[in-house]
Amino acid sequence: MSAPVDPLDVPADPPGPFQPRSGQRGSGFLTGPLRRGTTPSATVGPYLAIGLTWADGEWAAAEGTEGGFWIRGRVLDGNGDVVPDAMVETWQADPDGRFPSPEDPRGAAAYPGFRGYARSQTLTGEFAVFTLKPGRVPDGEGGLQAPHVDVSVFARGLLDRVVTRIYFADEESANAEDAVLRTVPGDRRPTLLATPAPDGYRFDVRLQGESETVFFAV
Amino acid sequence: MTRSTSDGGLTLPRYLVEDPSQRTPLAFPDYRSTALRAPLREPVDLPHRLTEVTGPVLGEDRVLPHDADLTWRNGGEAVGQRVLVHGRVLDSDGRAVPHALVEVWQANAAGRYRHVVDQWPAPLDPHFDGLGRVVTDDLGRYEFLTIKPGAYPWGNHHNAWRPAHIHFSLFGRAFTQRLVTQMYFPDDPLFGQDPIYNAIPPAARHRAVSRFSLERTQDNWALAYEWDIVLRGVDQTPFEALSEGADDGDVA
Repeated sequence: MSAPVDPLDVPADPPGPFQPRSGQRGSGFLTGPLRRGTTPSATVGPYLAIGLTWADGEWAAAEGTEGGFWIRGRVLDGNGDVVPDAMVETWQADPDGRFPSPEDPRGAAAYPGFRGYARSQTLTGEFAVFTLKPGRVPDGEGGLQAPHVDVSVFARGLLDRVVTRIYFADEESANAEDAVLRTVPGDRRPTLLATPAPDGYRFDVRLQGESETVFFAV
Repeated sequence: MTRSTSDGGLTLPRYLVEDPSQRTPLAFPDYRSTALRAPLREPVDLPHRLTEVTGPVLGEDRVLPHDADLTWRNGGEAVGQRVLVHGRVLDSDGRAVPHALVEVWQANAAGRYRHVVDQWPAPLDPHFDGLGRVVTDDLGRYEFLTIKPGAYPWGNHHNAWRPAHIHFSLFGRAFTQRLVTQMYFPDDPLFGQDPIYNAIPPAARHRAVSRFSLERTQDNWALAYEWDIVLRGVDQTPFEALSEGADDGDVA
């Protein structure tokens, strides 16, 4: 039997400084890159019409612009029911494949009558956007992307936007060589194709289900 | 600035993707409306190309002078506690986002939205419509005057109440930066039972909550809350090793 240990007889600390597990006494705040955490998204909720209604929302191109047409479609939930409180936003290149944005390293373009951006709520059961056929845009791999429109969908029941792309069913040869479409399994590509309609194109967004639209992580 | 994706001789920024542990998921089972709406399949990765790194320029021309003061409508003063909500719009590199459109909407002091779908028995305020718009200044700053919104019940679960919040919508400068979110007020006792607040991962929840700002209160007039909004910045993680001392002028 050894003598009981005295719990108050604490040995002296070693002579050198302690080190945290990282081996560095400090957070690295001054040596790492400056980084702020991003603000988390939240649902747009059922009352988006209060804050996000614009009289000219649907017009990515001004009324009467030559070559203009409508893209119309529904947003459908997992039961196949129409979502009447969603908002669809679109952003795209002009017919020359340029953007009215200073962030385009080729310079901001100013195509007559063209804003490039539209937003439309689905109150009637459909969204509707008046626009022009986008031109082809470099894909960064030496080729050109097929004409496409970037789409964001917001709704009650979506805690963040979902992002998809509209391609055009009548651009078969361009679609066949598009770098983004090629990353999408063949059987799901039709969910990204707008089909010709009397005053433009139709494009439905299926949030869930067998033919769930292909959504993109951006 | 790290620029990575070469695009026909052009170099493009690659926007930071926030870690999932700090990002609101699309679906959250306790928020029941997500069940039939949030997509179930894995999204396909979309590398940032020209369409994603550009975005609409929407600024002063969309904003009227009274849009920054929600407390005066139809020739009268809105009922409620006046609050000055202010802060900066930044990107995750800490850079200001100037001249950016900020759209806000909210319930009135009784917790009622001026919207046909909102029919709970709380009064409308004839002098409050709940809509505000501002544009950030050269330093990314914004401020608007409103009344503190009330909490309100909703049908998600028995006796469910939304904590007081203001809806925000921002564009930034690129499609990748688009953000729709909600700002909360500090120490709201309703946080614990709210699935929309709790859908935010714990590590990021504080970023959705404003700070009471005594120094910005206005004597004999209004309280003040400060809230900085941080959009995605350019990803600083090297994409490919830069070697041979290449003359790459845009790498700082």
